[in-house]
Amino acid sequence: MLHIKCPHCGMRSQNEFSYGGDATVKRPELNKEVSDQDWDNFVYNRKSLRGKHLEFWQHLSGCRQWIKVERDTATHEIFKTLKANEDI
Amino acid sequence: MQKYSIFNLIKNAFSGHQKWDLAWKDATPKKEYDVVIIGGGGHGLATAYYLAKEHNITNVAIIEKGWLGGGNMGRNTTIIRSNYMHDDNALFSEFGMDLWRKMSQDLNYNVMFSPRGIINLAHSDAQMNVFARRGNSMRLNGIDAVLLNREEVKEIIPMADFSDNVRFPIFGGLMQPSAGTARHDAVAWGYARQADSMGVDIIQNCEVTGFDVVGGKIQGVRTSRGDIKVKKIGLCVAGSTNILAEKLNMTIPVETHLLQACVTEPVKPVLDSVVTFGAGHFYISQSDKGEMVMGGDLDGYNSYAQRGNLPTLQHVLTEGIAMMPFLSKLKMLRTWGGIMDMSMDGSPIIDKTHIEGLYLNCGWCYGGFKATPASGWTFAHTIAQDRVHKLNAGYSLSRFNTGHLLDEKGLGTKTWIS
Repeated sequence: MLHIKCPHCGMRSQNEFSYGGDATVKRPELNKEVSDQDWDNFVYNRKSLRGKHLEFWQHLSGCRQWIKVERDTATHEIFKTLKANEDI
Repeated sequence: MQKYSIFNLIKNAFSGHQKWDLAWKDATPKKEYDVVIIGGGGHGLATAYYLAKEHNITNVAIIEKGWLGGGNMGRNTTIIRSNYMHDDNALFSEFGMDLWRKMSQDLNYNVMFSPRGIINLAHSDAQMNVFARRGNSMRLNGIDAVLLNREEVKEIIPMADFSDNVRFPIFGGLMQPSAGTARHDAVAWGYARQADSMGVDIIQNCEVTGFDVVGGKIQGVRTSRGDIKVKKIGLCVAGSTNILAEKLNMTIPVETHLLQACVTEPVKPVLDSVVTFGAGHFYISQSDKGEMVMGGDLDGYNSYAQRGNLPTLQHVLTEGIAMMPFLSKLKMLRTWGGIMDMSMDGSPIIDKTHIEGLYLNCGWCYGGFKATPASGWTFAHTIAQDRVHKLNAGYSLSRFNTGHLLDEKGLGTKTWIS
């Protein structure tokens, strides 16, 4: 089982969290020309690489805050957790 | 190639079965091929076989990083079905069903195809309506579908929980009687043996390290066992698609996720069809050895680990026990995990790419095994003719750009939600 350190609540078990996907994906900026390719990259295309992966989780059965987690997709080791508005 | 038959079996019995030919040779890479298939799983092997058989292209290599059929081909729950609603999925899968029915004869290899039927259970009136609609769509496409009421389901699977006090009572189910299971390893071995006999080189323990792309055209592939000159490459690497896409500077609408399966200790025959739970994600069948083969949800986060975590397994088995309480008495024999190429609409991609000579086959999500023959057949056509067949026209890479999604389940782009 994963143990995720919520930046608000401390170390909790995976059971309390739900997953939110790649946290490096950026929504195209408002009020600017957005190409189809930009939308595709935002909505569909993912790198999903083996190794370090920055991702969103929500502490659903805890403080209900969204957080960022840096995790290895091959070993599942968690290196760092951040608040959702913090950058790595 | 030595034919497998009762006569050859008897003949070889006299020499103690010591003189059988090897089923396929362990090839070393040549300098140049007409086509290189990356990935020695079911889809790659089937593609090579149909390239040779249907298109007479035999100067072909299959490059596999590990061993033949050691990925999802050896990790799936062997279910074969075509119970889809959308035309593209239904017609593609039903074409595959036809190949499955002929496969043992075609490959001269017993793949133990067992059309025992699949039942998707429904647990509400609304779900019965949805299944009636799907069943009608299937029948319009020439696929057998039968809507069963509660009593009819009880006839087939009396061991399921039909008591009154359950959280998800069984209202009925949608059955595809022609669906079933097959021996997964035999499928890989059968395709490998035939492909090899027609001149295909099966190269194991050979990792792809890069690609030679000049002027938007494939010129070759670099591997851990040397560079190979080739004009056409077919990518059939399931959960490793993202890794190779990065080497090609492509980002694709696929994420790699972890899916677990497990088997119980073998027991006497109790379940003679494949059954899926309708109020969650759980499916079960009984293998010929007697083990109950089960699977369900993804672990729910991007992963290349090929081994799972207990919370998901617990969740899946809770559903199983809710559906068939006797399972709680059985001991778990083995659990394992495989990595899935989860596409953003739940349907696969078999298409050309913007790089000339590079062909993509990925995004199989939960349904890669059953698609093996149809995927190989259509992918071989796409590579040989340099154009998609009408069967895989819907599985285009561009559909994510044009909006022609094949969202069979309508789940959106959160691939980890089942």
